[in-house]
Parts: sequence; C-alpha cells; structure tokens
Amino acid sequence: MSVFRIGFLPLVDCVLPVVAHELGLAAAEGVTIEPIRDPSWATVRDRLIYGQTDAAHLLAPLAIATSMGLDRPAVPLGAPFMLGLNGNAVTVTPRVAALMGRQAIEDATAVGQRLAALARNRKAAGRRLRLAVVHRYSSHNYMLRYWLAASGCDPDRDVEIVVVPPPFVAEALESGEIDGSCVGEPWNSVAVERGVGVIVAATARIWSRGVEKLLAFRRTTLEERADEVGALIRALHEAGRIVIDPARRGEIAALLARPAYIDQPAALIERALANRMTLVHGEAPTPVRDFLVLHREAANFPWRSQAMWLYSQMVRWGHAPAAEDGFDQAAQVFRPDIYRAALAGTGAILPSASAKVEGAIAEPRGVGSVSGRLIMGPDRFFDGRLFDPDDLAGYLAGSSPD
Amino acid sequence: MRRRIREAALKIAIVDESPARAAVIEEGLREAGLTDIAVLVERNGLVARLAALAPDVVLINLENPGRDVLEESFALSRALARPIAMFVDQSDERSIAEAVDAGISAYVVDGMRKDRIKPILELAVRRFKAFSRLQGELAEARSALAERKSVDRAKALLMKRRNIDEPAAYALLRKQAMDSGRRIADIADALITADALLGGN
Repeated sequence: MSVFRIGFLPLVDCVLPVVAHELGLAAAEGVTIEPIRDPSWATVRDRLIYGQTDAAHLLAPLAIATSMGLDRPAVPLGAPFMLGLNGNAVTVTPRVAALMGRQAIEDATAVGQRLAALARNRKAAGRRLRLAVVHRYSSHNYMLRYWLAASGCDPDRDVEIVVVPPPFVAEALESGEIDGSCVGEPWNSVAVERGVGVIVAATARIWSRGVEKLLAFRRTTLEERADEVGALIRALHEAGRIVIDPARRGEIAALLARPAYIDQPAALIERALANRMTLVHGEAPTPVRDFLVLHREAANFPWRSQAMWLYSQMVRWGHAPAAEDGFDQAAQVFRPDIYRAALAGTGAILPSASAKVEGAIAEPRGVGSVSGRLIMGPDRFFDGRLFDPDDLAGYLAGSSPD
Repeated sequence: MRRRIREAALKIAIVDESPARAAVIEEGLREAGLTDIAVLVERNGLVARLAALAPDVVLINLENPGRDVLEESFALSRALARPIAMFVDQSDERSIAEAVDAGISAYVVDGMRKDRIKPILELAVRRFKAFSRLQGELAEARSALAERKSVDRAKALLMKRRNIDEPAAYALLRKQAMDSGRRIADIADALITADALLGGN
C-alpha cells in the first residue's frame, strides 16, 4: 500500500489527515497515512523538503516562501488541498483585556480600535505592546498586521511582533513575555482555561473566509505519485464530510486529544470544532460564527486568489519583492487543477474558476461550478476592502505603508 | 582516523534541550580541536543569549521547539551587520539531508566557506547518531531488566498458587506464550495484572 508520511503541528486544523487515517478513509482509497508530529514549523518544513515526510500540514504563506526561496534555497512545493479556513484567535493577558474594556467579539472594528489605542498609549509610554504570532510567514502574522494597520496602528512601529510556538503561548502570557498572541486552537483555549488569557478577537471576523493551513507536497511528488496523491485527496475530502457532522464532534475531539496528536483535553479541542468559544475563564461559551470552516462551501479548494492575497501582504510588510512574477509564483503553489482531477466524478463540489475577487460576498450566493451546487458564505474583510487579483497594483497602492 | 579541524577561532553554539546530548556533541567538537563552544539548554531568553554570544555556527536539534523563534531572529538579523543564514545557503544539499536525517539543523554566519563548515557538521551528525544509539541501547537494557522482573514475579505466583517448582512454572508460562503466539513477558504481565485484580497479594 502506498504510504504518505505527513508532518503536522499539534493544532485543531490537523484534523483532516488524522481522521482520514484513524477512521480508515485513507485505507479505503488504498493509501496509508503515517502522521509525524513536530514542535516547530521549521522542522515540519525541513522534513518535507529533505524527504523525511511526503506531505505536510503547513502554513500557507510558509509554503509560498519555501517555494520562492525567500530565506533559503527554493524548493518548489505544491498545495492541491486546503486543510481549512479561519480558526485562529487573538488572546491577550487579563490585564490588557481589562485596559481594553469588554467589546463584543463579533465587532472586530471596535475591538481593533481599542487595541490600537492601547498600543499607541503604550508606545508613547515607551513600553510597546508585545504581540506574538506563530511564524513570520503565517496567516496569523498577516491577519494581525492587516487588522492593526486598518485600526490605526502601525504593526512595525507601534507594537513589537515576536514569534512564539503555539504550545508555549499560555506560558508566555503568564510570564509576561508577551501581552497578546494570535494563535490557532486549542492554544487560545488552553490560555483561557489557565486563567492567563482572554480571547478578544477571532480572525474569522478580520477576514470571514481567511486562507489558513494547506497540505503541501514537494512538486516532484505531485508529478511522480499523481494517482496516489489523488487517492489521498479523496480520503481527506471524505474526512471533511465527517468532521462537519455535529453528531461526530465528540468522537473527533477525543481522537485529536490523544497524546500522539494534540495531547490536550478533548473539551478544549471541541470548542473550535463547535464554533463555540469560552472567551474568559469560567464564563459560558459564546458562539463565534464560522470560527473554523473545515469543509463546507468547498473550503478545501485552493483558490489561487488566496495565495495572491497572501503574497500582497508579504510584499506590503517587506517580506517579499513587489515583482509581478512573484504573484504568479505564489499562485502556482496552489493547485486547483490537481484538486479537480482528483475529485472529478465523486460528487464533490468543483468550482469552475481558479481565482475570485476576495472579500466580495456579503450574503450567501451561488457560484459557478463544474459539478455540485456551490453556495459561498460571506467572505468580507472587516474593513470592506476587496482584493481583485486582476488589479494588484491598485490593491497595493491602497495599502499602507506605500 | 580523527581529523583535527583547524578552526580554533570558530565560535560554535549548541542549542539542545537535552544537556546530555549537548555534552556529547561538545566533547566531540573539543576533541577535534575546537575550543570556543557554548551550550544553551533553556528556551527562555535563547535569542538574547545567542545575540550576545554572536556565534559563527549554531547547531540545534531538529525537535527543539525554539527553531521558529531562532529563524525569526535570523531573518531579522539579515538587515544587521552580522547576518546569520541558513547553513544550506552555501553547502551541498546532501550533507544537509544527512544532518536532517540524524536530527540536526545548522545555521552559519553568512559568507562562511562551505569547506570550513562541512567537517563540523559531519562531526556533529556522527555524535548525534552515537547518542541516539546509546539511548536506544539503554532503553533496551532497561526494558530487558523490567521483563525479567515480571517473569520472576509471575513464576513466583504460579509456584505459590499451583504448588509447583520453578522449572514447572516457567514451562507453564512458555507453553501459554507459544499457544497464544505472544511473548513470555506479556503472559507474565497479564498474569500479574489478573492476580492483582483477583485480590492476590
């Protein structure tokens, strides 16, 4: 049987490969998954590019940076399957939360303004807020920066953005090493449960359909093992259908809670799966709309415009060159062609376009598909901006800093 | 054959949460003639201490959770006077792949020649592998000891309960193992557990 060793970090959005493996969906497609857990994205990336793994649960911007050789010699990667949208939150220390005052988590504009005002005060006092992200090339970093900048706070000058690995976020909040963090689940909930953090925002309110983790392969693997990759994609798609079934939620959370996967209590893991977050220790859970979108609305489809939006943010913050071909290279990392080929004839929803204007859907609406009926939910950015992949110069010109 | 590395001036930092493994690597580097070596075990304050040390080479174990933090500081340092690059920038992919296989990652100051780095990395890889082997042997020895204790306890139980001698007790265990296709130590464990559940003493 064909084996795929898949590297992952202990996060709720590693759920699709885990379910495909544990519930026998991969075996039913004739492939075997060997999950390999690591504590850092650097090591997940290195195992993938040096062939210790065949695929990896990876931050979408890191896959782009690796393919383009931004920090090291380029290794071309390809991502034919997204492992989910959204799923991250901004958690601050109880002290910072008290200074910000209580805002509704659904109102990212109001929360952003409070945080930005506090950040400017702290900067004026010579003690900049220190906020953690999980990696330079992470959607966490770009979503946090987008939100702060649009709220009137310069993320490079008014605050200090540092890197803290997800499992250490609670500890870093507790020790005062950081004032806040943007991280995936269950690590926000772990901080809340320990009473060292308060969740003030969900990235789903910054961009309602934000690009997040993907399943990355070396491009050579996609060419040499095309049929097996197709089988793996079908198993993961089937896993998606199972994880969004509310009746299976408890079982899935218990699976992820095992020491080999996330190694945290199932009750904490279930919060993201249920889109019900406990924001403050001891409070009743609050529903957070679309907190984590794992499968519905063709969430696993790799829209090239998502890769291009990420690249626009990498350019905006000086992480990548503003060259036109940079956008092309970023877009080439996402492989909708392989997604369609793998799922053709299975009844899966297959969008007919490979790119779209991001942020244009305010109310659920039908979108063209070659198979299945696709209704897309709202994908707005909180500030109402649109990202049109056909007008990159216009978008960049309208983003600060220039 | 031990080749001496004529690089006494090179400053090397070993980042590893296992002090024992770091010591094994450090010893190897010292035997090869390198003298300026620092070992960093703690996660907290890692970046600040590395910045103060300003090493030419950083060796870090692949499973160290500090790697992303470290790479971020290297990315930031590119703009500074003493940039640290990923080792792979100047080296051949094969020796890097070998290092990753062994469980090590390395970073060097930008611009350092590949032939200066290669012997250091090869030495670290050998030491790292030797340490893994030692650990494996130790774990094996420990579990062999634990298994022998289980078998002895199970034999004692059988001798008491069935009033038989030691060879007969061992023969019973062995027969049960063969009949059920399991290891004698597993049968012994099962017997001890069952005895505890059934109120044996």
